[in-house]
Amino acid sequence: MKLPRPVIPTLLAIAFLGGWEWYVRAGHVNEVLVPAPSQIFKWFYESLTNGELLSATWVTMRRLMIGFAIGAALGVPLGALCARVRWVRDTLGVLALGLQTLPSVCWVPLALLWFGQEESAVLFVVVMGTVWAVVIAVQESVLSVQPLYLRAGMTMGSQGWHLWSRVIFPAALPGIVSGMKQGWAFAWRSLMAAEIFVVILTGFGLGSLLHAGRELLRMDQVMGVMAVVVGVGLLADIIFFAPLERWLRRSRGLER
Amino acid sequence: MSNDKVMTPALTLRNVTKRFEGAAGRVTAVEDISLDVREGEFLVLVGPSGCGKSTLLNLLAGLEHTNEGKILLGEEPVRLPGRDRLVMFQQDALFPWLNVLENVLFGLRLKPGLTEEERLESARYYLSLVGLADKEKARPHELSGGMRQRVALARSLAPNPRVLLMDEPFSALDALTRDQLYGDIQEIFTKRKKTIILVTHNIREAVCLGDRVVLLSPHPGRIREVFEINLPRPRRINDPELASLAAKVTTALSSHLNEGVNS
Repeated sequence: MKLPRPVIPTLLAIAFLGGWEWYVRAGHVNEVLVPAPSQIFKWFYESLTNGELLSATWVTMRRLMIGFAIGAALGVPLGALCARVRWVRDTLGVLALGLQTLPSVCWVPLALLWFGQEESAVLFVVVMGTVWAVVIAVQESVLSVQPLYLRAGMTMGSQGWHLWSRVIFPAALPGIVSGMKQGWAFAWRSLMAAEIFVVILTGFGLGSLLHAGRELLRMDQVMGVMAVVVGVGLLADIIFFAPLERWLRRSRGLER
Repeated sequence: MSNDKVMTPALTLRNVTKRFEGAAGRVTAVEDISLDVREGEFLVLVGPSGCGKSTLLNLLAGLEHTNEGKILLGEEPVRLPGRDRLVMFQQDALFPWLNVLENVLFGLRLKPGLTEEERLESARYYLSLVGLADKEKARPHELSGGMRQRVALARSLAPNPRVLLMDEPFSALDALTRDQLYGDIQEIFTKRKKTIILVTHNIREAVCLGDRVVLLSPHPGRIREVFEINLPRPRRINDPELASLAAKVTTALSSHLNEGVNS
């Protein structure tokens, strides 16, 4: 007999959480440092009902989305320009390649000096985390568009903006979406770093909540926020990027 | 012609030479090609690889530029790609992000002076002409190679170009599909009286489709001989008369090739 696929992971998860709970309750570890799962769930339930968690998540998501949108809106045309113009590729393209390897938390000190403990500082860090990855991805995917498509489009009279919007961009779209996904992941990491390291006066996000948990010695809060951060990251992939990529690939016959 | 007025050829090539600068130095792809393509003629450029036949087609399409000589479409010099000379490529070059109908509409939408309804009507007409009226919602990857090449044919015909350029469009297809397409192309050619220039390395295909077969030899690509093919249409690829004509062209080609080796 064959078990349905989710059965084993579910059983293992229950066993793991159960063992953890038992281990903590039996007094093998300091409860302050390692809270039991039930305590984390309790924190989760309480902060959800008193609105604290939702408002923090909202503050963080808003920053993430605005920053990501700005980063992508800058990155797509800049990447296209890099692909189109040789000297831009040799300057901005190389710079983007370098800055992409810079962990975005490195932007935090600069952002604080330039913008202060304000919303704009966090946004700046998120944009810097996003934009270079998007520039590189767009440049690479535009450069690798099959020349055959360009020739076909051009012989049918497509040129200039029409060629870009109707041939080059759609042809490069799968690569661009992969780049956006990577940019999103970078943005998410940089935002958490910024929120944890810096007190941003204009809003209390998930990172601040995590930081506060440490200061209050509330490890249930720390672990609970970590779980929420993981959840948000997974959700973005499950409800947005994964279906988009699958649809793109399927509709072009790259995947069944 | 019924009157004595001299018809301007659809395409005129005068002393066309094209060179490429490559890693191996300068390569002359085609040299001193002069040719008139009559309006409504099915002209085939045939020759072994390296004879510059695809380069010649790209020059006609405006995708490459001549180093010497000139190419005229009617009386206008050819400089850029344009909708008056549509190309059917070796691979189908259909856009995978569009469905069949949208692919056919692509060129039509770039043609000014038509309403959306006229464009749709025209796209559907050409799809039915190639026998794919029921596939308009399909994506290119859902079709067989032969069907995709048919869609590509419909896409090239739909904007009603003055000249249709075909770059070995049958070479990637299996023999059965190919034979079927030879029939389709000839039927469309007789019906629509379009000027067609086909490039191929398959001599039998050349004799089957062409009103005139231009034999090119390589290194550099030059015109060697021109054959008028006066067989009645529709021609079948297995026709014995056609086979003996093809044998004649093959013999001519190998003699020119040997000449090249000995000189």
